[in-house]
Amino acid sequence: MTEVVQPRPPARLQAPSLVSALLFAAFLAFFAWSLAGAGISISELIAGLPNMAQIGSEMVPPATDRFFPMLDSVVVTFQMAVVGTVIGILLSLPLAVLAARNHSPHPVVRAAVRGLVSFVRTVPDLAWALFFVASVGLGPFAGTLTLIVDTIGFCARFFAEAMEEVDSGPPEAMSAIGAGPIDIIVCATLPMAMPSLVNTSLFALEKAVRSSVVLGLVGAGGIGAELATSMEMFRYDQAATIVLMIFVLVMAVESLSSQARAKLIGGRG
Amino acid sequence: MTGANVTTDPATGPALKVDRLAKRFDGAAAPVWSDISFEVPAGQSVAIIGGNGTGKSTLLRCCLRLIEPIAGDIHLHGERLTGCHARQLRRMRSNVGFVFQKHNLVPRLSVLSNVLHGGLARSRGPRHWHQALARQGDREYAMHCLDQVSLAHLAERRADHLSGGQSQRVAVARALMQQPRTIFADEPVASLDPQAGEEVMGTFAKLASDHGLTLVFVSHHLDHALHYAERVLGLRDGRLDLDAPTAHENLESLRTLYD
Repeated sequence: MTEVVQPRPPARLQAPSLVSALLFAAFLAFFAWSLAGAGISISELIAGLPNMAQIGSEMVPPATDRFFPMLDSVVVTFQMAVVGTVIGILLSLPLAVLAARNHSPHPVVRAAVRGLVSFVRTVPDLAWALFFVASVGLGPFAGTLTLIVDTIGFCARFFAEAMEEVDSGPPEAMSAIGAGPIDIIVCATLPMAMPSLVNTSLFALEKAVRSSVVLGLVGAGGIGAELATSMEMFRYDQAATIVLMIFVLVMAVESLSSQARAKLIGGRG
Repeated sequence: MTGANVTTDPATGPALKVDRLAKRFDGAAAPVWSDISFEVPAGQSVAIIGGNGTGKSTLLRCCLRLIEPIAGDIHLHGERLTGCHARQLRRMRSNVGFVFQKHNLVPRLSVLSNVLHGGLARSRGPRHWHQALARQGDREYAMHCLDQVSLAHLAERRADHLSGGQSQRVAVARALMQQPRTIFADEPVASLDPQAGEEVMGTFAKLASDHGLTLVFVSHHLDHALHYAERVLGLRDGRLDLDAPTAHENLESLRTLYD
């Protein structure tokens, strides 16, 4: 009889390699240093609590004296978001075609467009808003331009990826019979990428509604300007009304967009 | 119908002429095949057979330069395909319908829109993008093509709501819409059950003979090759090992190609 050797389970934890242990230690040290840099202070937080309570109590009940002018600003905010998103999407489509690996006319064009779109995306929307306010002046036009640029940074990238991911069969079938590049994009690539394009576009709209709210803080039109004024004049009750309005607007847009998403993605051509 | 009178046109010569063609993929030591030469007279139907990996589909794709050969010459309908520019290439391809193993329909569009896409071979633009934008004559001709594959009643259905056999028949209708002189088919029934496969091959062969089209198809079914082709080309060990009229062959003789 030979002795039966029971297979042993592996160790529960594997010893980390020296490199990962050093990296982890380096991260801990950096985090400890960053705590100081971030200005975390429990005492200041405690000292600030009464102020928070004071502001909170002044917010209730929300003021209704400027309800209609505020509603007007909310509508303008939404209009900026819709116009900015739609124009941004329309401009994103040709850029996405140039940036998509399977449709770009040349790798240099693709790299250039990708670089441009990355740059647009990397610059924060508030920085774009400051730039456009300085260029075209205060008001909703500067905000709309910001939202167009912001939408391009978001949509052109995801549109290009959606176009790259479609099944290559139908475009190849059209290429095999001698169809031109534009026909192939319109007839095969776009319809096949449509669910993804619709999804991205609706996210872009939601994103635009949220960012259009803060654009007003730097003078680029919309409800943000009302919010800034109320806070500066210590009218926290008015600020509360504005925050509630923004909440309702964002919720409404998100709920409508998820319904639209479900509907449009099941459509027929 | 353009097919019937084209075959007698003396200016065109053979539908397909392949001369000393060779293909090697980048990084591969040995060529897939080399020194392949054959001519397909207009109106003939030819089956290409051979074991897995012998490069049957590659050969068919090279004949349209969907894959570039490394050497040799290809003439399509009397015009030299090798060495021509993108624009000429598109024009020459427009005379050849191509049916793939996978139907390659655009899934979210209607059957009718998919058939109308066949017209992109002849002319460009929005008139061929979608059935709603198409000319009345084209819509009617597309319905006629669908009728020839017995699917006119499904014109409005979305392409991704069809069965495998129906999809492949729509792909055949799309090729007819193109009004081609030649049809290439790359294992058109490989993904279908035997009954649907017979239906599709039957439709194919009948339409090719009705319209006087040249038909070149790749198949793993030796009985299809014998039944639907007048001539069989067999690939083995990187060369054209068999080129014979199907009348002279039988299942046993073709099987030796796979030994």
